Formats: sequence, C-alpha cells, structure tokens
Amino acid sequence: MATEFAFPDNAAKTAANAPAEFQTEKMSLAMGPSHPSTHGVLRLQLELDGEIVTKCDPVLGYLHRGDEKIAENMTYNQFVPYTDRLDYLAPLANNVAYAIAVEKLAKLELPPRGQAIRVIISELARISSHLLGLGAFAMDTGAWTVFLYQFTEREKLYKLFEELTGARFTTSYTRIGGVARDLPEGWTGRVEAFCEQFLPILDEMLEMLTRNKIFMDRTVGVGVISREDAIGYGLTGPNLRGSGVPLDLRKDKPYSGYEQYDFDVPVGTKGDSYDRYLVRGEEMKQAVRIVRQAIAKLPGGEWYAKDAVRIFAPRKEKVLTSMEELINNFMIVTEGPQMPAGEVYFEAENPKGALGFYVVSKGGGVPWRLKIRSPSFCNLSILPKVCQGNLMSDVVAILGSLDFVMGECDR
Amino acid sequence: MAVIPLERKPLTFAERTYLPQIAFGLKTTLRHLVTPKETLEYPEQRPEIPAGYRGVPTLVKDPNGREKCVSCQLCEFVCPPKAIRITPGEIAPDDPTAHVEKAPQEFEIDMLRCIYCGLCQEVCPEEAIWLQNQYTMSGYTRAEMVNNKERLYELGGTLPDDHFKWDKKKSAEEQGNAH
Ligand code: SF4
Ligand code: SF4
Repeated sequence: MATEFAFPDNAAKTAANAPAEFQTEKMSLAMGPSHPSTHGVLRLQLELDGEIVTKCDPVLGYLHRGDEKIAENMTYNQFVPYTDRLDYLAPLANNVAYAIAVEKLAKLELPPRGQAIRVIISELARISSHLLGLGAFAMDTGAWTVFLYQFTEREKLYKLFEELTGARFTTSYTRIGGVARDLPEGWTGRVEAFCEQFLPILDEMLEMLTRNKIFMDRTVGVGVISREDAIGYGLTGPNLRGSGVPLDLRKDKPYSGYEQYDFDVPVGTKGDSYDRYLVRGEEMKQAVRIVRQAIAKLPGGEWYAKDAVRIFAPRKEKVLTSMEELINNFMIVTEGPQMPAGEVYFEAENPKGALGFYVVSKGGGVPWRLKIRSPSFCNLSILPKVCQGNLMSDVVAILGSLDFVMGECDR
Repeated sequence: MAVIPLERKPLTFAERTYLPQIAFGLKTTLRHLVTPKETLEYPEQRPEIPAGYRGVPTLVKDPNGREKCVSCQLCEFVCPPKAIRITPGEIAPDDPTAHVEKAPQEFEIDMLRCIYCGLCQEVCPEEAIWLQNQYTMSGYTRAEMVNNKERLYELGGTLPDDHFKWDKKKSAEEQGNAH
C-alpha cells in the first residue's frame, strides 16, 4: 500500500528526497481513543514523517457492546431500545430502519399514516444528525460559532422528539408494525414552525463556512476520494454522494412511501472534504422539503398495521378490558411474537449512509441471527487510504468530513 | 431523478482578503449581544416536561388507594436490561381487596440498569407501572439507586383510573353473576 504515496506539497517532497543522512526516524503516534477530534473512541495508529502521515491504521472496537449477540436473546420489540444506541445522533432513523427490516420478515404493511410519520421522523433525525456533523466538522477546523448555532437548533428538535416519544435522546419510538404512539396534538404545527425558522438560520450557518477562506483552506482538495474508490470501499450516504455518485436509497429503492415526495439528491464534483460538507448542507434543505410535503399531505387513519396487533402488541385499551387480548398480551411478552422462518435484508438511507439489518429467523419469538451493516464502519474503511500522504492537521479535517459515529461503528 | 451537482465558485478578491468575513463576524457577535438567551439557569429554572414523558418508572395506586400491581411479572419479563425484580405475594384474606388475590411482596427497580425505555409501562395489563416526570436520580451507593416497593409507590402516587376492573369484578361477584 505504501507505494502510492502523494506528497501534499513540494517542500515535503524535497525533504523526502533529501540524502539519507538528513532523513529522520519515523514517529509512531496514537491519536485517540480519547482524542477530541476522533468523535468518540476511535484510535488512529499513525506513522509520521515529520508532519506527514505515512501510514494510518484505524483501531476499532473500544465501544463494542455485542449488540448483535444481545439481539439473539430478546424478542423483536425488546431490541428497539438497542437500536437507539447505534447511531445515537439519529436514533429515530435507526428505529425506523430496524422496524422495517423485521416487518419485511413478518410481511407487515404499514398504513399510509404510519409510513408518513416514519418519513417525518427520519428526516428530522437527518437534520439533527447533519447539524451535529457540520458543527463538529467546523469545530475541528477551527470555527466554533457553527457548533453553538447547531446545538441551539438541535435543542429545538430534541424538544419535538421529547414531546413525540417521551425522551430526547433514546427515543425507542417505533414498534414492529407501527410506532409507539400517534403524533401528539398540534405537533405537526410545531414541526412546521421549526422548519420555518430553521431555514434562515441554516443559511446563516452555511454562509459562515461555505465562502470562508480559512475553512476552504482547510478542506478544499483535502482528503479527496475518487468515484472509484468511494464505490470500491463501500462508502454510502453523503460521503459517497460527495464523490459524485448519486446513490440514494430513498430514490433508488424507496421504502416507507418515499416515492411520493419530491426532493433532489445533491452530489459533489470533486470528492474532497469540502464537497462532503456541501452535500450535508444541501441535504438538510432537502430534508426540510420532505418534512413539509409529508406534513401537508399527512393521511389520517391508523398508525400501526392491522396484523401487528395480533402478532406484536395488542392495543392497550383492549388488554385492560378483554380476556382474550389479555392472554394474547401474556403470550406475546413471554414467548415473543411468532414470526415465520426466513431471512431478510433491509437497508435504509440513514443520515450517515446505508444502515442495513440482516435478520435470520428460524421461527419463534427471537431472531436466530441479526447482523447490522453500519454505515460508519464501512465509511471508516477508507481512512488508511485517504489519510496517507496528508498533513497531520488534515487528518482532523478528514475525520470531521467523514462524519462517523463510533456507537454504530463498533456496535 | 433530480440530481443536483453542487457548484463551487472560486473566491473573489474581497473574500480572499478575509475582511468581509471579519465584518460579518463582528456583526453576528453584536447581534447576539442583544438577542435573548437560549440557555436555562438549571436548576433554578427547570425545563417544561411534556405529557407522556418517560422519566423514572414508578408504581401507582388507584384513586381508592388500592395498589394496582398484581405481580404478574410481565414487566420483569419484558424489561430489556433486566432492571426489575419482583417477589410475588398473596393478599391477606381479610383485606378489603382480597378478591384481587395477589400483590407484590417486594418490587425493586435498579435505576443503574434501567434505560427508561417504557416497555414495562407498555405491557403492564393493570396500568400499574408508569414512567412519570422525574428525570433526575442520584445516590452515593449502588444500593441507594435501587428503588424498592415503598419508594416506588412514594414516587408514583395516585393516577386516575378509567376502568376500575377489580371493583367491577367484586360488585359482579356480590350480585352473583361472576363469570
Ligand atoms: S407492574 Fe404491571 S406488569 Fe409489572 S408485575 Fe405489576 S401488574 Fe404485572
Ligand atoms: S423503563 Fe425499560 S429499562 Fe426501565 S424498568 Fe421499565 S422496562 Fe426496564
């Protein structure tokens, strides 16, 4: 791997070509696992020649909790809270992806209202995740203001989540075959109001960075990922689109009724850190567009699938008054919902990329195997390649631009 | 499919000097000097807790003061991190609520394990366990962080009841048409 080595500037190149007696020893440096710009517990084992990174070895697993194994020991609905803790910056989107995967296995179809609710919460989660991604990226490159701006905005979103789900962070909102509860009275109006005031603030935030010379110096041309590499390393999400590949599962393999909404897929032209930043900025605007459309034509009716009541959760009112439902409730809780045998794979376009759940069932109440394809993990696989040959300070910018989350990477 | 390539224009001369940015930055700072604060002076000011909030799980009594839990142990079963421990018990035959037959002898929720997921509340067939508004818990020892039955009822208090199913059952029995 060490052969394809690009020097960032001429000075470095001259230094490397200097006679052997002027060459110094390479330095080995552990960046992380508790380093502010590794966003969690990622450790990069770097090999440095002066300020230039000659080798970068990501070391993962500090946050490994064995989520996949845990899943084998609990019923399908019991695992929902664990999906919050994958990409903990967009728990709602994880909830949705997991629920759809299991619904595919159970062959459940959600009524339109349930689907629209899921679209709204997924897009709000996208905004919240991209906001933090942007803020952290800006802070890594020295712009502190954006970080505070986005926290203010995210707080407003969290207030909405809290009202909807009962928790700010660990939402656990979906259930297999539906969502935990219907939208609260007047909630859509408050989402609408949020969107209204959010767009000007987003513009202001982007204005602080997009044409900012310092920010551009730190990001333009830094960490270029070519189209081929992006595809070859299995990148997904904004990182892939930043390299100019217009893959978006919401368009290409629509789920949860995404085909009804009108939105654009922004793609970058160069594949550098700056492009990835631009893509995220634009995606937030598109997310607002989707949320508005979804609210405008929010259908009435039920928010859970009819059959789900039999398989997963009887309605509470019934449990309290009817003997059969009470017994059914006991059976479902103690033995788990009876699922058909089979295997399914489902991928959703999460804020960080394609989050996939592979569920193997041998019938009965618990999955036999549950594999999680986490976008952050796949996106990080390209680190050794992009970091090599860059300056040490650029590693920080590259990490920020990849916007990963260790909770889902190590899971 | 609408794919929009993102444009990137080179910086103008003025932008490269960084002077407009400084002016813009100062303007922003000045503006924020006069806008109202976004922060909250916690703990003097408390955030507003919306209805349906998932706070500390508690046990509740019905308006007649009967403890609602019948120690069916469903919540213990469903709790993903296994935070609940119940020791079922009988209700004494001379108790006015003897027809309910069972009540927990001991009921413990380990708040170091609880993840506030709300599944216990969701499965409870008696509406006896509720996640209410309290969002802070603190203690000096591990033992202090385990809420026992007494504490759970203290935290829970009384909630309105729509069904009174046990009272209905009793009056039905007294009228001799129990099923
Ligand atoms: S709280 Fe509810 S679910 Fe738990 S044991 Fe009591 S009655 Fe059963
Ligand atoms: S809220 Fe969740 S974790 Fe806590 S006691 Fe209830 S079921 Fe267990």
